[in-house]
Amino acid sequence: MTAPTDKPHLSREHMLGLLKEMIRIRRFEDKCAELYTREKIRGFLHLYDGEEAVAVGAIPVLEKRDRIVATYREHGHALVRGVPMTTVLAEMYGKQEGCSRGRGGSMHLFDRATNFYGGNAIVGGGLPMSIGLALADRMRGDDTVTACFFGEGAVAEGEFHESLNLAALWELPVLFVCENNLYAMGTALALSESETEIQRKAGCYRIASEAVDGMDVIAVEAAARRAVHAVRESRKPYFLECRTYRLRAHSMFDAQLYRDKAEVEAWRHKEPIVRFQGWLEANHMVHPEDLARIEAEVAAEIAEAVAFGEAGTWEPVEQLTRFTFAEAEG
Amino acid sequence: MPPQMTQPATTEITYRDAMREAIRDALRRDDRVFLMGEDVGRYGGCYGVSKGLLAEFGAERIRDTPLSESGFTGAGIGAAMAGMRPIVELMTVNFSLLALDQILNTAATVRHMSGNQFGVPLVIRMATGAGRQLAAQHSHSLEGWYAHIPGIKVLAPATVEDARGMLWTALQDPDPVLIFENVMLYGMTGRLAADAGPVDIASAAVRRPGRDISLITYGGSLWKTLEAAAVLAGENIDAEVIDLRSLRPLDDATIMASVARTRRAVIIDEGWRSGSLSAEIGMRIVEQVFWELDAPIGRVCSAEVPIPYARHLENAAIPQVPGIVAAAKAALGRV
Ligand SMILES: Cc1ncc(C[n+]2csc(CCOP(=O)(O)OP(=O)(O)O)c2C)c(N)n1
Repeated sequence: MTAPTDKPHLSREHMLGLLKEMIRIRRFEDKCAELYTREKIRGFLHLYDGEEAVAVGAIPVLEKRDRIVATYREHGHALVRGVPMTTVLAEMYGKQEGCSRGRGGSMHLFDRATNFYGGNAIVGGGLPMSIGLALADRMRGDDTVTACFFGEGAVAEGEFHESLNLAALWELPVLFVCENNLYAMGTALALSESETEIQRKAGCYRIASEAVDGMDVIAVEAAARRAVHAVRESRKPYFLECRTYRLRAHSMFDAQLYRDKAEVEAWRHKEPIVRFQGWLEANHMVHPEDLARIEAEVAAEIAEAVAFGEAGTWEPVEQLTRFTFAEAEG
Repeated sequence: MPPQMTQPATTEITYRDAMREAIRDALRRDDRVFLMGEDVGRYGGCYGVSKGLLAEFGAERIRDTPLSESGFTGAGIGAAMAGMRPIVELMTVNFSLLALDQILNTAATVRHMSGNQFGVPLVIRMATGAGRQLAAQHSHSLEGWYAHIPGIKVLAPATVEDARGMLWTALQDPDPVLIFENVMLYGMTGRLAADAGPVDIASAAVRRPGRDISLITYGGSLWKTLEAAAVLAGENIDAEVIDLRSLRPLDDATIMASVARTRRAVIIDEGWRSGSLSAEIGMRIVEQVFWELDAPIGRVCSAEVPIPYARHLENAAIPQVPGIVAAAKAALGRV
């Protein structure tokens, strides 16, 4: 019953685009980790390593007018959504040229121009906001979709249940995207949930749902197309569980005592970039010169972002209390 | 006799009805406005404030919610960010604690964290205060806590004019505004001008001018304080009574001008004394007009207990007229 527009375009150009976006996030975050050890970036830094296929598969399916609510692990979402890498990195530097004027940092990337509503570091905290955004759209009769990303850890929070109930009860156009990477910091899913099939929780609220291999960018894109199409047509919520894995530690402070190296190694063989690239190579859809070009373009973009971040300026301390309340236009 | 013409037409109205008029007016004026909360529709509001509005405006705009304080408060935040003008009603400040994360960590922070890209023009109304023998979990006065938080504004309408007028002004504000309605005021009546409308939400009001001492208060305690001032007048003490109206931001100018004139101050606050709004006001007076003071600043606050059920204990726990009179006399050295 999939509408024709729901199918991913399997053109070479499209495939290379997906590959490039995943590489772009990965290399960007590698640079972030390096900048962190060089103390250019501070605070909490949560990397998306291994999960790129989720953002890259799902976000481009959304229209420009759609809205995105994300968590503190949102670099990939912001980049795929079109928040410039320059302002994202400047934000992590804490510079006033950053996408949140240096007031948010890694965990609170915001961008009005792309309807990117943060960057929420309270686990589960973005879910109610997505309900309200969608409620406003529903009340005005807009055909916008709000996509809300969250980890499987958020499923244990009351706000998850309150939000799913409200979304179903009020028939709100929300696409819930659970990025199930199996761990909430160090707590394995089986230690935190009585029902570990996350997708099934949506059923209790009569929300249509699907679970997908979140390490397969094509599968994510196909599922996201079905999901977004369903939300836009039905004006009802939809729940997409993306089964994925984070290859790096939870944050830069995590010694990963809760999982053994063999497990991480096993997942490395399933990781989305190597896997997709290998598949493209086997099918002769990507050539060494394509890869070289992608790497060069990404490297140039990152170099530009670093230069932008370095050249950025510190907001004068006299402006510390600005933006606590709205200011008169002037 | 003054000529009839100069008397503005007024009507007798309850605080509850004034509040309802304010909501009705806002719903009529701006179709982005809607009211949402537990039992605001079919039931008519747990304190009867929204009675009749469902029939008039429909279930889309008078929206009954499940028992999901965090969920629907957060939904109000999102709707406000997306261009609506929601009024979220939380039954009481006690239950607002289930939404505290949304209020503090999201509503109050988004503008700042987003570098001014997103604001939350949301109004949250809730009941506060003791006096109905509802025991601890329905009787607390936590507005002072909320006044601690940068990024939100906190209002405490004490009169029917303010009940009628503060809501619209709050809805015009680009940032979140919390309105605290003291439960003991809902049934109170007052005279309201027929053409009463929006009022300012930025300044305190001198409700009774006086020379000898400044009694600084807000909300439900205003009326007890005015009563105390009348008692004091009988003893030749001319007390000035300040109604703060806005708890955040505080109108320092009005407070300091009054204290500089009277040279004595007592703060009456239904919150607990430790770490209270009264502590903040007292400290500001010390910082700004210490050299004008002729006596230590006094405070009348709630006893440091969860508010008890038994009538006599509840009465003893919260500020009352004799305690206010005594504190004022103590500040004047007339014990
Ligand atoms: C309400 C709340 N509780 C606890 C934390 C601390 N914390 C930060 S991330 C995290 C784990 C969340 O896991 P999950 O939702 O699965 O997301 P992931 O980090 O795996 O992407 C915790 C417990 C928090 N930020 N917010």
